Formats: sequence, C-alpha cells, structure tokens
Amino acid sequence: MISIKNLHASIDGKEILKGLNLEVKAGEIHAIMGPNGAGKSTLASVLAGREEYEVTEGSVDFDGQDLLELSTEDRAREGLFLAFQYPVEIPGVSNVNFLRTALNEIREYRGQEQISAKDFMALVREKSAIVELDAKLASRSVNEGFSGGEKKRNEIFQMAMLAPKLAILDETDSGLDIDALRIVANGVNTLKSPNNATIVITHYQRLLDYIVPDFVHVLYNGKIVKSGPKELALELEEKGYDWIKAEVDAQ
Amino acid sequence: MGYTENELAKDLENQEYKFGFVTNIESDKAPKGLNEDIIRFISAKKNEPEWLLEHRLKAFEIWKTMTEPEWAHVHYNKPDFQDITYYSAPKQTKKYESWDDVDPEMKATMAKLGISMEEQQRLTGTNVAVDFVMDSVSVATSFKAKLGELGIIFCSFSDAVQDHPDLVKKYMGTVVPTSDNFYAALNSAVFTDGSFCYIPKGVRCPMELSTYFRINEGGTGQFERTLVIADEGAYVSYLEGCTAPQRDENQLHAAVVELIALDNAEIKYSTVQNWYPGDKDGKGGVFNFVTKRGICERNAKISWTQVETGSAVTWKYPSCILKGDNSIGEFYSVAVTNNYQQADTGTKMVHLGKNTKSTIISKGISAGKSQNSYRGLVQIHKNAHNARNFSQCDSLLMTDECGAHTFPYIECKNSSAKIEHEATTSKIGEDQIFYCLQRGISEEKAISLIVNGYCKEVLNQLPMEFAVEAQKLLAISLEGSVG
Repeated sequence: MISIKNLHASIDGKEILKGLNLEVKAGEIHAIMGPNGAGKSTLASVLAGREEYEVTEGSVDFDGQDLLELSTEDRAREGLFLAFQYPVEIPGVSNVNFLRTALNEIREYRGQEQISAKDFMALVREKSAIVELDAKLASRSVNEGFSGGEKKRNEIFQMAMLAPKLAILDETDSGLDIDALRIVANGVNTLKSPNNATIVITHYQRLLDYIVPDFVHVLYNGKIVKSGPKELALELEEKGYDWIKAEVDAQ
Repeated sequence: MGYTENELAKDLENQEYKFGFVTNIESDKAPKGLNEDIIRFISAKKNEPEWLLEHRLKAFEIWKTMTEPEWAHVHYNKPDFQDITYYSAPKQTKKYESWDDVDPEMKATMAKLGISMEEQQRLTGTNVAVDFVMDSVSVATSFKAKLGELGIIFCSFSDAVQDHPDLVKKYMGTVVPTSDNFYAALNSAVFTDGSFCYIPKGVRCPMELSTYFRINEGGTGQFERTLVIADEGAYVSYLEGCTAPQRDENQLHAAVVELIALDNAEIKYSTVQNWYPGDKDGKGGVFNFVTKRGICERNAKISWTQVETGSAVTWKYPSCILKGDNSIGEFYSVAVTNNYQQADTGTKMVHLGKNTKSTIISKGISAGKSQNSYRGLVQIHKNAHNARNFSQCDSLLMTDECGAHTFPYIECKNSSAKIEHEATTSKIGEDQIFYCLQRGISEEKAISLIVNGYCKEVLNQLPMEFAVEAQKLLAISLEGSVG
C-alpha cells in the first residue's frame, strides 16, 4: 500500500524526519508511537502534502505511484485520508455540502458520475450510524460548535464517507473520553478491510486496546527506531521511552 | 503542489470581467457638460411637466453651492463634471409596444447579460418582472399588464412622470431631499430615468420586481432614480442588478433610490452590483456614488440586501429611517474588493419611533491591493423608547496587501435603548484550505466554499435565483482561473 524509504523532511530549515522507513501492506493496521517532538505529526503532514514541509530526500510509493509528485488534493483523490488532530472549523458550510463536494471531486477524478442526492443521503445515513453521529450534526457547519469528541467522530464519519485506501489517524484519541474512544475505535474497526490500511499515530497505549495493530513502531528523533508486534505497545506503556532512547543513543 | 498566498493573489488579479462588451446601438446624446441649458434639454427630451423642471433647476442651484465630500476612506481623481455626457439614450423613435419591436442588438445585449426576457414572455410560470435600463433610459418592462390587474404600477421613472405625476410629485425627494448630499443634488438636477414602483394598499406583489441597469455609451454618467412605494399593508420584493462595459476611463454612476413603506408595509430591496471594477492595475472602472434610503412608517419593515463586487470606487450607505413605532430596518451586505478597488459602504439606522428594531450584518472581503471599509451609524433619538440594534461587522482578508476598516458610529439619546455591536477580522485560513484539499477538494472550490460559507447569512436573504447568481459572482470575483 505505502512504502516509505529514507524520508527526510524539514520545516523552516529544521530537519524533523531524518531517514524514516516504513512499509504498510493492504489489510494491515500500523501504530506509530513515540515521545513528544519525535516527528509523528510531521510524518502525517508530509504524507498528506502540507506545503510548509519540504521533503529533502527519500521516496514514498503509494500503491504504485510516486506520492511526493502528487498535489495535496490528488493524494486525497488517490485514496489517502488524514484524520486531523485538530479538525478545522468552516463556518457557514454544512457538513453534507462539504462532503458532497469532496465526494464528487473524488469521483470526477476517477471518471465516475456525480452521486445523486438520494444516494448521497442514503450514504450519509448509513455511515453516520457507524460513529453514532447525530444526523443533525451532518447538517451543521463543518466542525463549528462541535465538542472535542464530536469533531473526532466527524473525522471518522468523513473517512467512512470517502472510503480511503490508506487512512492516517493523527492522535485521534487525544481529548476523548472512554465512550468516545470506544465509538471512534469501533468505527475504524468496522471500516477495516483486506483492501485498505490504517496508520494510527498515538501517544498512549489506551487506543490500541480498541484498535488492535498488526505492528507497532517507535518513532524517535525522526526515525523508526524499533518495530514489533502489538505487545511492544504494552511494554512502552509500562517502561516509557527512556530505555529506547538509551538504546538509540548508545549506538 | 501546494497553493500559496502569492499564487492566490495572482489568480485574483487575473480574474476577468465577463460583462465588458459594448453594444453597437446608435444613441441620442446631449453635448458634454453641465449647465442650465443641458438640464432644460433633458427635461424637454423627456417631455416633463414644468414642476419637475423647476425641481431640477433648484437642485442644480443647490449643487453648485456644494463641494464634493472627502470624509470617505477612498481616494480617486474627482470627476470633471464638465466632461460628462448627461443624457444618452439608445436611439428610438417610438416606444416598444411589444417585445418584437425591441432592437435585436438590444435583445442580444440582454441575452449576454443573462436576462432572458424573451423566455420570460413565453413562460407563464416565471415570477420576475424586469425593467431594463440602459444608459439612463428604461428600454423594456415586462409583465406590466399582469401587474396592472392588481393595481401595481411598475414602469420606468419617465413613464411614471407622464402617467402618475401625482404619486411622483407626492413622494419624490421626501426620503432623500435634494440638498441631502453632493451626489444626490447632482442626481436631482440631471437624472434621466430609472424605475418606479407602487404597490397599492394591502396588496402583496406576487412576483419579484427587477431592474437591470447597464451603462453602455462611453463618457456618460448614469443617473437613475428609483422610487418604490408600498402603501399600507403592501409587500414587495425588489431586485436590482448592474453591469457596465470595460472602458479605460472612469464612468460615473450616481443614483438615488428612495423607498417608502407606509403603515404595516414591507419592502425587501436586493442589489447585486457588478459594475466594471477597472483592470488589475486600477485603470478605468465605475465610480459608484449612490444614495439609497428608505422610510418606515408604523409597523413597517425595510430590508436592504446587497452583494457588491464591482465598481472602482463604491460609496454607498443604504439606510432606514425608522419613523413609525415598531418599525424594523435590516441591512445585509457582502462587499468584495479586489485589485485596486475601494469600497466605503455600510448603513445608517435612524431610530425615531418607539420599539424600533434594526439589524446590521456586514461581511467585507478584501483581496489584491484593495481597501474595504464598513461605515455605519446607529442613531437612537430621544423618543425612541426601547429601540434595539444588533450590528455584526466581519472582515475577511485574502492577501497581505489589502485593507479592511470598520467605522461604526453610535449616537444614543434614549437610555432604554439596547445596542449590540460585534466585529471580527480574519484572514482566509491556510488551515481551512488545507483541510478542504485533504478531502480532495480543489483550491478553487475550497475558496468558493469558504467564502460562500462566510457570507451565508447575507446570501440567505436573497431570493433564490439571485442567490445563485450572487454565489457565482463571488466565485468569479475571487477565484479567476486557478493553476
């Protein structure tokens, strides 16, 4: 699905990613953990195509395409989805209008017909149920006046609507209470299929009780320094990151 | 890959003005310049009664004693009033009795402007009656007969002077007196045509009434006068659209609009103003110096909605005088400025009666190197017990080189009044655009979505057909060709 090789990226001349390698196959869920400032959110931003970041070295192959050559919107249209850590408010633009515009632009890019209003509304009903999102939220302005939990659920709702190949969840668990966490995780699990993949970026092991990863990676100082099975997350929870830092610094 | 602010700014500069064509119609023009003879010439051309000529001459005398105001936050080379043609009419010998008589060139012009009168003539289901004013002269009015059955008068101002002189004489100049301001005085002296509308007592006008203004001839000024009277308990929704050809010189548009809402009446007045704004270097464009004001008697309501995207310089404050108790005034505005455009626009809400209520929602959008100012006055007089006002003035900046200014004035002489004012200034969010892009939405559509969302409260006030047109216009004004 995605193959990241020796990725270097910087912002304002400061290098954040320093030779990152990661391979994610279809049907897999990968968790990326790591201390503050390790470069977790930078990785999400670089893959999504945020323009402030400059890629100085390395390559990213996304389902046979050179991801770094694609514009931000074309990456999305090719099936890359980012669930934002801080979802953005767009006053006056209804959630449904926003999503219909997005969906139709993606369909147009793929040479498909525009979705009919009837089919679209049916899709909204079906997908909003997955994250137990009140139908009223669908007609409210994008994220405006949403609670923290509603915003994150709305991200997963959008993900369900757009059915991406690769979803990157950037600290989707931050600021969620246990119930919201369960709902969000349940949404992600429901959407899992052999044809798509998920990268879960998180600080805490807690989310991984609900979304069980196939692999856990530790990102430290701009690189993946340790990878392992889901049990690695538990070990990190117990021992913190210091032992890994020590390991890396010793090398 | 990404879309930078600089690229956005460039795109905005390169936007094109769609209505810049010139129609090749012979016109009947007065010589350039302004003096008593010209005024007599205009009055004679229009076969006016003596009282109206007197009115014009008096206005001219007043105008000569006045100086051009300079308090607005706009800079421009003052027009040379002796270098303007004050009367230019498409040459025609007889009045159009039917649509078939209309000059084909004129029909083509209307078609280009998206006014399909022909279609409207055929379809009975449509609900917009149109008056088309080109270079100061009304050339076609539709649905006259149908409206006539209800006693509604909707015609050109000149026709009203001939056919309904009593109404014109009774109401003209009662809301905007001749001496009101420099441009109102000028208009009163030299106005050539415009629209007139009268809705009789208790009648709810069944369709939108619409006037389409067009400046065609070069070097002319357009000075129309619009007078809308809603008699007791009447209701009317009135639309006004404006365009002009692309010309290097500046053209002057100085209109006067007067609305009169008698007891329990309601007038909804919507404008989509798209006069030629000048090119990207600030050359040419229309000077839009307009006086618009309405008066509300008891329980009456006047609602102004405007979407301003055109003109090189705009200087305009659609206002309400809330004279009657319980009367309501509303002002909803979207003003977009781009390149070197300058707009100083807002409203005046004058509360005279008890329990009067006013609402002001102003949305400014500045792009390019433009300057966009909101100027508003809320005045509560001493007998206006329990008057209420709510004002909200928001500014959206698209670039680093443009400016947004807010000048709210409040004068309150009654302690029971309740006045609220909210204001925000924001820059179009890179985060918002990125969020849209990440969902597969193009930059162009993203900006259009965000801007339309920002203006939603105002656009919602427009009648359906107009709202769609306004949205498109906002898109054209702000996006240009991306990429």
